[in-house]
Amino acid sequence: MSTLEVSPLERSFDQPGESVVNDFSIQVATVNGSGSQTANNVLLRSLFQMGIPVSGKNMFPSNIAGLPTWFTIRASKHGYIARRKEIDFLVAMNPETAREDVMKLERGAAVVYDEPLKLNLLRSDLHFYPVPFDKLVAPVCPEAKLRKLVRNMIYDGVVAWLLSIEMPEIRKALVKQFGKRKAKAADLNWGAAQAGYDWAGQNLTKTDPYRAERMNETAGKIIIDGNSACALGAMFAGVTVVTWYPITPSSSLVETLMGYMKRFRHDPETGKATYAIVQAEDELASIGMALSAGWAGARSMTSTAGPGISLMSEFIGLGYYAELPAVIFDIERVGPSTGLPTRTAQGDILKNAILSHGDTRHPMLFPASPEECFTMSIDAFDLAEQFQTPVFVMSDLDLGMNNWMADAFPYPEKSIQRGKVLSAEDLNKLGGFARYKDVDGDGVGYRTLPGTNHAAAAYFTRGSGHNEKAQYTEREDDYINNMDRLARKFESMRGYVPSPVVENRDHAKIGFVAVGSSDYAVRESCDQLRSEYKTEASYLRLKAYPFTAELTDFIRRHERVYVVDQNRDAQLLGLMRLEFEPDLIARLRSVRYYGGLPLDARTVTDEVVRQEGL
Amino acid sequence: MSTTVTPSPKKVNRIGLEVVNYKGSKTTLCAGCGHNSISERIVECFYELGVDPWRVAKFSGIGCSSKSPAYFLGLSHGFNSVHGRMPSVATGALLANRNLLGLGVTGDGDTASIGIGQFMHMVRRNVPLIYIIEDNGVYGLTKGQFSATADIGSTLKTGAPNELPPFDCCALALKWGATFVARSFSGDKKQLQTLLKAAISHKGLAVIDVVSPCVTFNDHDGSTKSYSYVTDHEEALHELDYVPYYSEITVEIPDGAVRDVELHDGSRLKIRKLDREYDPTNKLSALAALEEAEAKHEVLTGLLYVNTGKQTLLEVLNLTDEPLCNLPENKVRPLPEVLEQVMEELR
Repeated sequence: MSTLEVSPLERSFDQPGESVVNDFSIQVATVNGSGSQTANNVLLRSLFQMGIPVSGKNMFPSNIAGLPTWFTIRASKHGYIARRKEIDFLVAMNPETAREDVMKLERGAAVVYDEPLKLNLLRSDLHFYPVPFDKLVAPVCPEAKLRKLVRNMIYDGVVAWLLSIEMPEIRKALVKQFGKRKAKAADLNWGAAQAGYDWAGQNLTKTDPYRAERMNETAGKIIIDGNSACALGAMFAGVTVVTWYPITPSSSLVETLMGYMKRFRHDPETGKATYAIVQAEDELASIGMALSAGWAGARSMTSTAGPGISLMSEFIGLGYYAELPAVIFDIERVGPSTGLPTRTAQGDILKNAILSHGDTRHPMLFPASPEECFTMSIDAFDLAEQFQTPVFVMSDLDLGMNNWMADAFPYPEKSIQRGKVLSAEDLNKLGGFARYKDVDGDGVGYRTLPGTNHAAAAYFTRGSGHNEKAQYTEREDDYINNMDRLARKFESMRGYVPSPVVENRDHAKIGFVAVGSSDYAVRESCDQLRSEYKTEASYLRLKAYPFTAELTDFIRRHERVYVVDQNRDAQLLGLMRLEFEPDLIARLRSVRYYGGLPLDARTVTDEVVRQEGL
Repeated sequence: MSTTVTPSPKKVNRIGLEVVNYKGSKTTLCAGCGHNSISERIVECFYELGVDPWRVAKFSGIGCSSKSPAYFLGLSHGFNSVHGRMPSVATGALLANRNLLGLGVTGDGDTASIGIGQFMHMVRRNVPLIYIIEDNGVYGLTKGQFSATADIGSTLKTGAPNELPPFDCCALALKWGATFVARSFSGDKKQLQTLLKAAISHKGLAVIDVVSPCVTFNDHDGSTKSYSYVTDHEEALHELDYVPYYSEITVEIPDGAVRDVELHDGSRLKIRKLDREYDPTNKLSALAALEEAEAKHEVLTGLLYVNTGKQTLLEVLNLTDEPLCNLPENKVRPLPEVLEQVMEELR
C-alpha cells in the first residue's frame, strides 16, 4: 500500500491508512445569513496559500437569511477546478439539511458536525467527527450576539487539524480577509480557529484519508471572482459611462467597479470623476443611457442578467440598426426573476445572438476564466467602438460570483481603439461625410459625435429608415442596401473577435465544443475519457460569436462533435445549426446540463459515454 | 453706364449665422399641426439667441412630435429613439458630453403613457435638458387613440368619450421636484418663444408642456385640446419678457408689478402681473393654481415654477469639466502600477 494515487471511486472505507493528498472536496452546509462566508473563504485561501490548486463554489438560495446554503471547496493537485459531484469532506452546520447531506455522501467520506445533531447514528460507513460548537464558542467570544458568526471559525480550526492545513496560513488568510482596519475582528476569529484546532488535537482521532500537503502550484496567482475581473477589465478599458440596474448575479460587477473607480479614476488634481456611474430606474433606462452615451462618444457599459436582457431587447435592436456602441455584461443565470436567480446557467446564448426585432445579429464574447473576464472586457469595448454596435460579454453566475484561482492579469498592450470617428479637422479635409456609407468595404461607416464643431458634422440618428447619408427614406433599395451592409459588417467581425482555443488530439474521432465556464468540466472530462475509457477527444473552446473558420475546420476533422450547453434546449448547438451546412450539422451532438449547479466533468463524461456506447 | 448692384446684406445673428442655418428638413406632419408651430418657435429662439447649433443635441421618442426634430436645427445631431424612453437617451448623451445643450421633444403618449416612468426619473435626477411635451391628448401616428393626458369626457373623432381622468404633466413634474415647469399653447407665439428662451438659459431640467392641437384627429367640438377650445379656455398667469445676458435691457416695461428672475446664464425673465398675484418660485402655489384651473376647466399657461439653485445630475456626479467623451487614454486607463497594486491585494 504505497501508492497515493488512489482514485476516489476506487477507495474503500475498509482500507484505512491510504492517504489521499490534495485531491478532495470539502462541502460546508450552513444557513444563509449565518456569516459562514468568511470562514469558507479563509479555508479556501489557506489551501491556496499552501500552493494547492483550489476552487470555491457558493450554492446559495434566493433569500437574505434562513434558507440552506452550501459552499464547496475543491483541492486538486492536478489543477482541476470544476465542481466535483462527490463530496469527500462534509461540514454539517445546518440542522435542516444535515440528514440529507449525510445520506448523499459516498461511502468513506468524512463528516464534521455539531455534536447534538447525532449524525453518527445515520450511517456506519462514514468517518464522523462530532464537535461541541456551543461549548467551544462561549469562552472565545464573550459577546453573545457575535457567537453565531464566530462559531464558523471553529470549524475552520477543526478542519485545519483534520486535513493538516497549516495554522499560520489560516492566520494569514484571516488578516487578508479582514484587512488592517478590522484587526480586532481578525483577532476574535483567530481565537475561535485556534480553539477549534486545539480542541480537535486533544479530542479527535483522525480516521479518514484526506490530507493537505504544501505544493508550489499557486505562486504568483490571485484569487478573484469573474465579476470583479470584468470590473477591472472595464476600468482598464477606459470605461467612462456605466449605467445599471441591480440584478443577481450581476450586481457585484458594478458594485466592485464603483470601489475601484473611486480609488483610481478621480483626477488627482481636481478630485473630479473621470467617469459616471448611474443606477437607473430599470434595465430599459440603463441600456438607453449606455447606448446614447456610446452615441455621444463615451465608452459605455451596462451589466445585467437574462431577465434584464429581455427588458433591454427593444433598445438593443435599435442599437444594432442605429449602430451604437455599448458593452453589455450578461451574467447568465437560470430563468425568470422567480426562477432560480441564484443558480447558474448559460441560458441567453441564442436569445442574445438574435435579440430584438427584425434581422439582428449581435457579437458575443465568452470568457472562461477571470483572466479572460479581464482581457475580453477590454476587447469588448474596442470591438463595440470599432464596429459601432452593442457587444455582449457572456459570463455566468458560476464564473461571475465564485472565487477562482487565476493568473495575474496582463496590462493591456494595445491602446484604446475608438473606431471610425471623424473630427472637425477630418471634416475640413473631407468636406463632408455619409454616415452609413461603406467607404472601406468592411461594412463600417464613419461617424461624428454630437458637439463636433463643424457645419457638416451633424446627422440624424434613427432606426433602419435611412439612406447612406442618414436621410429619411422608406425606399426598398435603400433598405436592402443598408441591411446588406449591416450583414457585411457582421462578417467583418469574424476577423476581429478572439480566436477559439483548439486542442486537436491525434486520431481523435470525437471532439468537444464549449463556451465559458463549461471549460473546466470539459477539460477534466477529456482526461476522464482518456484514462477511464481509452478514448481521445479533441476540444475547441469558442471565445466569440460570430464563429470563426477554426470552428468549421474542427467539425470537419471529427466524426462527431459534442456541443456542451448549460441549458435545456442546446442553445449553442442551435446557433451553430443556423450557420452550417447540413453535412456539418449532421456531425453535431449535444451534451446538456441544466440543473442550476456549476457543470461537473462526470456529467459530461457519462453523457458522452452513453451516446458513444463506450 | 454701369450700375453696381449691392446685394442686400444677409441678416445674421450674433455668431454670424442666418436663420436658414437653424432650419431642418421639410416637415412631413399635417398642415396646421401645432407641432410645426413649435418647430418654428425653436428655430426662431435658437437663431435669435445665437446658440451654436453644433453644441445642441436633439432627442425624441416615438410619435408625431418625436419626428419633428428632423424639421429644425439641421446642423445639430439628433436622435429619434424608442417610444417613451427618450429621457434615458438624453441622460446618457449628456453624461458623455456635458457641454451639449440637450433639447428633447416628446408627445403626451410618449411622456405620459408609455414613458411616464422615465419622465419621472429624469425629473428626479434633474437632467440638464429642455423637455418639450407636444401635448395633443391623442396618438396621431396610430390614427387617433387617446393618450393619458386626454381630459375626462373629451371625445374621439368617432364620438367615443374618454372615461379616465388625465395626468397633468406639469403638476406631476412639480411634485417630483422639477426645477422649471411651464405650460404654453402652440398658438401663443410670444409666450412660447419667451418660455423657450428662458428654458435655454435654465440650469437643469426645463419641462414645457405645450398644448399643440392635432388637426387631423383631435380638433373637433368634443375635444378639449382643439384650437378653439384652448383659445377659449387659455388663462395666462402673467406676461413674460426675456432679456438675454449679453444685451442691455431694451424691453419697455409697462406699468405694473414686475418680478425679475435671474436665470443661470445671467439672462433675466421679467414677469408682469396680470389678474392675479403669482409667485413662480413657490411650488405649493403652483400646484394650487393648477388644481384650481382644472376645476374651472381652464388651460393655465405661463411659467408655473422655477428654481435656479438645485444641483443637476452632472454636478451630483462630480464629473470632470472636460466632457467624458473627450478624455484621453491617460485619463481613463490607469497605469500599470495600479494593476500591479490590485493584483498584489488579490494574491
